[in-house]
Amino acid sequence: MLGLFFLGVSLALREGRISPTELCKKCLNRIKKTQHLNAYITVTEESALKQAQQSEVRLLKGPLDGIPFAVKDNFCTKNIKTTCASKMLKDYTPPYNATVVQKLLDQGAVLMGKANLDEFAMGAGCTDGAFGPVKNPWSYAAPYREQTGAMLESDWAITGGSSGGSAAAVASLTSYLALGSDTGGSTRNPGALCGVVALKPTYGLLSRHGLIPLVNSMDVPGIMARSVNDAAIVLGILQGLDVRDSTTVPAPSPLTELPQDFDVKNICVGIPKEYHAPGLSEETLAQWSRVADLFERAGAQVKQVSLPHTQYSIVCYHVLCHAEVASNMARFDGLEYGHRSQIDSSTEVMYASTRHEGFNDVVRGRILSGNYFLLKQNYQHYFVKAQKVRRLIADDFRNVFGSGVDVLLTPTTLSDAACYQDFTQEDNRTRSAQEDVFTQPANMAGLPAVSVPTALSRRGLPIGLQLIGPALHDKKLLSVAQWIEQRVGFPSISDWDYSRERSAHIH
Amino acid sequence: MAAFCVAASELLHNMKQISGFYPKASCVIRRIRTTNPRCDSQIQPRAKSTPQQLVGVVGLEIHAQINSSTKLFSGSSVRFSAPPNSLVSFFDASLPGTLPVLNRRCVEAAVMTGLALNCNINRKSLFDRKHYFYADLPAGYQITQQRQPVAVDGTLTYSLLEGKKRSQVIRKNVHIKQIQLEQDSGKSLHDDVHSQTLIDLNRAGLMELVMEPDMSCGEEAAAAVRELQLILQALGTCQGNMSEGQLRVDANVSVHRPGEPLGVRTEVKNINSVRYLARAIDYEIQRQIGILQRGGTVQNETRAYDSKSGETIPMRDKEGLQDYRFMPEPNLPPLIVYEDNASLPAGIDACQAVVVQKIKEGLPELPSIKRDRLVQTYGILPEHSFTLVNEDGLVEYFEAVLMATKKEPRKVIGWVTNELLGHLKQQDLSVSQSPISPPALAELLELQETGHISSSVAKQVFQKMWRSPGKTAAQITQEHDLGLVSDTAQLHSICQKVVDSHPDEVHAIRNGNKKVLNKLMGLVQKETKGRADPVLVRKILQEKTS
Repeated sequence: MLGLFFLGVSLALREGRISPTELCKKCLNRIKKTQHLNAYITVTEESALKQAQQSEVRLLKGPLDGIPFAVKDNFCTKNIKTTCASKMLKDYTPPYNATVVQKLLDQGAVLMGKANLDEFAMGAGCTDGAFGPVKNPWSYAAPYREQTGAMLESDWAITGGSSGGSAAAVASLTSYLALGSDTGGSTRNPGALCGVVALKPTYGLLSRHGLIPLVNSMDVPGIMARSVNDAAIVLGILQGLDVRDSTTVPAPSPLTELPQDFDVKNICVGIPKEYHAPGLSEETLAQWSRVADLFERAGAQVKQVSLPHTQYSIVCYHVLCHAEVASNMARFDGLEYGHRSQIDSSTEVMYASTRHEGFNDVVRGRILSGNYFLLKQNYQHYFVKAQKVRRLIADDFRNVFGSGVDVLLTPTTLSDAACYQDFTQEDNRTRSAQEDVFTQPANMAGLPAVSVPTALSRRGLPIGLQLIGPALHDKKLLSVAQWIEQRVGFPSISDWDYSRERSAHIH
Repeated sequence: MAAFCVAASELLHNMKQISGFYPKASCVIRRIRTTNPRCDSQIQPRAKSTPQQLVGVVGLEIHAQINSSTKLFSGSSVRFSAPPNSLVSFFDASLPGTLPVLNRRCVEAAVMTGLALNCNINRKSLFDRKHYFYADLPAGYQITQQRQPVAVDGTLTYSLLEGKKRSQVIRKNVHIKQIQLEQDSGKSLHDDVHSQTLIDLNRAGLMELVMEPDMSCGEEAAAAVRELQLILQALGTCQGNMSEGQLRVDANVSVHRPGEPLGVRTEVKNINSVRYLARAIDYEIQRQIGILQRGGTVQNETRAYDSKSGETIPMRDKEGLQDYRFMPEPNLPPLIVYEDNASLPAGIDACQAVVVQKIKEGLPELPSIKRDRLVQTYGILPEHSFTLVNEDGLVEYFEAVLMATKKEPRKVIGWVTNELLGHLKQQDLSVSQSPISPPALAELLELQETGHISSSVAKQVFQKMWRSPGKTAAQITQEHDLGLVSDTAQLHSICQKVVDSHPDEVHAIRNGNKKVLNKLMGLVQKETKGRADPVLVRKILQEKTS
């Protein structure tokens, strides 16, 4: 039951094969068994059971009623701690729900807990949060343990980030879907590394109200699910104008289930040559070729395209990101909410010590460089220049889509998930630059993109590919993604009971 | 009401008339009057041969709280004197994850203000973040319009009343650089005893108006601000009360010799009335001139006006070499205003859009137009038009009186600007609170005009009407037997009594000193409590003393 897509579970709920409370209890049980993954910062057991109970007494009203879900801990949840995996907010409880959370609750979905992340979503490994790193569920499943001969507790792989907790929650079958946030790839990256479908919708299609921002001009709530169709249904529920977010746009069309027999014959798939980048693993490249071939054999037009400014994207992304971070983090001064330092000889001293104690090195580093980029003497040279390049990057995509390309097919990450001990050899900045290289251009241009798991690597870890589409063509993008999903035969983690595998190693 | 004192003093200078009636009021007004010889000397520049004197240069930054029921970027209410922090939304408190939503009413207010000040309205304007750490700025930045404000390049025309009787109207212009929409910061209340600061986040939306340094003294700046207050109040876009913080004025002051580059400027803050504005600026100009004449240099700094000492003092400079690290506000798309309904793109609801043409059509009569109209229509003096327009509701009152009486406007104006306004001011009442309604005053004036009562009796009746609202002038005249005595026989007998009891005066008159007749007339009026028909009395007395 836990291994099903939520649509399958939804059907079981309706047919009475399982009750919402039973389902909730199964998931809570699973959360306990997989506690070592550190996927959740807060598990909302009590309220989850209450919601499941409510779902049970009313007539099930939609496909999400009674379905357990997890929310990245940077979305505000009313009366439930929202920490951003930071000391700064470790005891912060918001008085309101983010719009996207509220919409899921309104559908009767059952909130299981708040998922772990990199502090304030700044990272690509889910290794830099105040509550510790998240472990990739696949690194406890048989294929990885057998292939790598991993014996030690420390031989685990990262989830990717920053929405690593959300990805691990969905991959470890403790939630059927999860909300992530995607600023430079934070949903797609862990989605790819944990073998789940990860959608970053068009910028503005989903409300950011209640999402504690990283980069306002790029942040999009992300959807993580076990299948593309599940993601599409959630998108249909979450999309649309929100009066509380002036950057939202009306949904181009209501979105329900995807067509099961989408024909790719009239589809033109672009393969951007710049994405054949240094560091791309042989296996990921092989998957990329394999899926391109699948398209070609099915009669789709597959052609190489060029996005010439791609190489400048990551640098500009960092300038813009750090500048907005410097601004967005200014409100955390210890006065109204969040951590407040004991050192308070003056207001200024209290600001400084509060922020020093409350933020980790990564956050402080970005604030420092962001403020540097925004200084009057540097503004033109860094911020304005980066914005100009951002425009060129968006133009690259526009030109390609204007030339008849329907979707771009690219890798999501350079390779499968790194082992924690290897990953942490390099600092956050280096890793973010490597890990976001294929994902952040879509954020720079505000385009919809989705990562679909295609295969397990030789190490037994998932590999994902990314599709990028023109703005507001999210449905078509998902239809193509589903077409891939139907053909690649990615295995379910429930084929192996990885939690038992793990205990075997421990004893 | 501080606002009145300011209104009646700096511009109107009609204290002479008021003081005749209310010595108490006159002393208040005399105290707050700004006489400014420095300013006058600048208005009439010295001949070129004399060495050029240092003169003041004044620019203003004005923060006007937008008069709207909800805030600029959130849906929470705005109400003056609401309990601290009682009107604070999650966004106002800068809770994480909240986003600004622009209030259309505030945009319309800014566009309307821009149109009234002859500004160009930018079809597209942008919002920016201005960063600094301060306890009453919970987000760590203020949302403002630094790069492209909603309105630019306008003019404010204001008038100074010059000359001995303040009857010479001099029109001046000040250039409006821009009008920008911005978030208000909170209010800090420093408790020095417990060394803590209390913050009130009940803040509204602001329009910041930047006036170029086209003024040269406190009086000019005060007149410009007073005119702006009237315009804002006429538009209804800001209540304009400085003492309540609805209008906050910072002055940029420097001195130089005309023709030379501008001097180093200081910014004077903490000014909470128009009267203090004039004083603060004049003090600051003198202070800077003093420094330069002693061979010193003026520091570029922020100074606070201390109304008790009448001086400006350096503020602990929180800004110093502050770099505000401006950046675009990413949560607000560009603000677009449309010229007219025809230019609205398809799919945009006209009710949701800000349309300049519609706002233009709704512009009320502006104070300067109103004053011109009053002078032209009623033949009153320009200074009277200032008095009328300066007092909320007085023009309407004046015109209502005129509707109900045949008395000439030029004769009515004195009643309104002296008797009525004087009484109101003495009791600190607004025009709408007047116990005498326009028709009631008209009836009184009609009694006088038709010869039923004398002018001195009319003033007595006015006082009685003021004290017993609801009673008509006719009732009071009858009750107190104040009607004009024109019974010839009765008057003859009274006059005879006066003539008989004052042989010396009669003698003087007969010797040619005709002026003494007035004394006798006064005695007759005293006898009749002012009710005797003066024409008749004069005639009778002339007969009896010839």
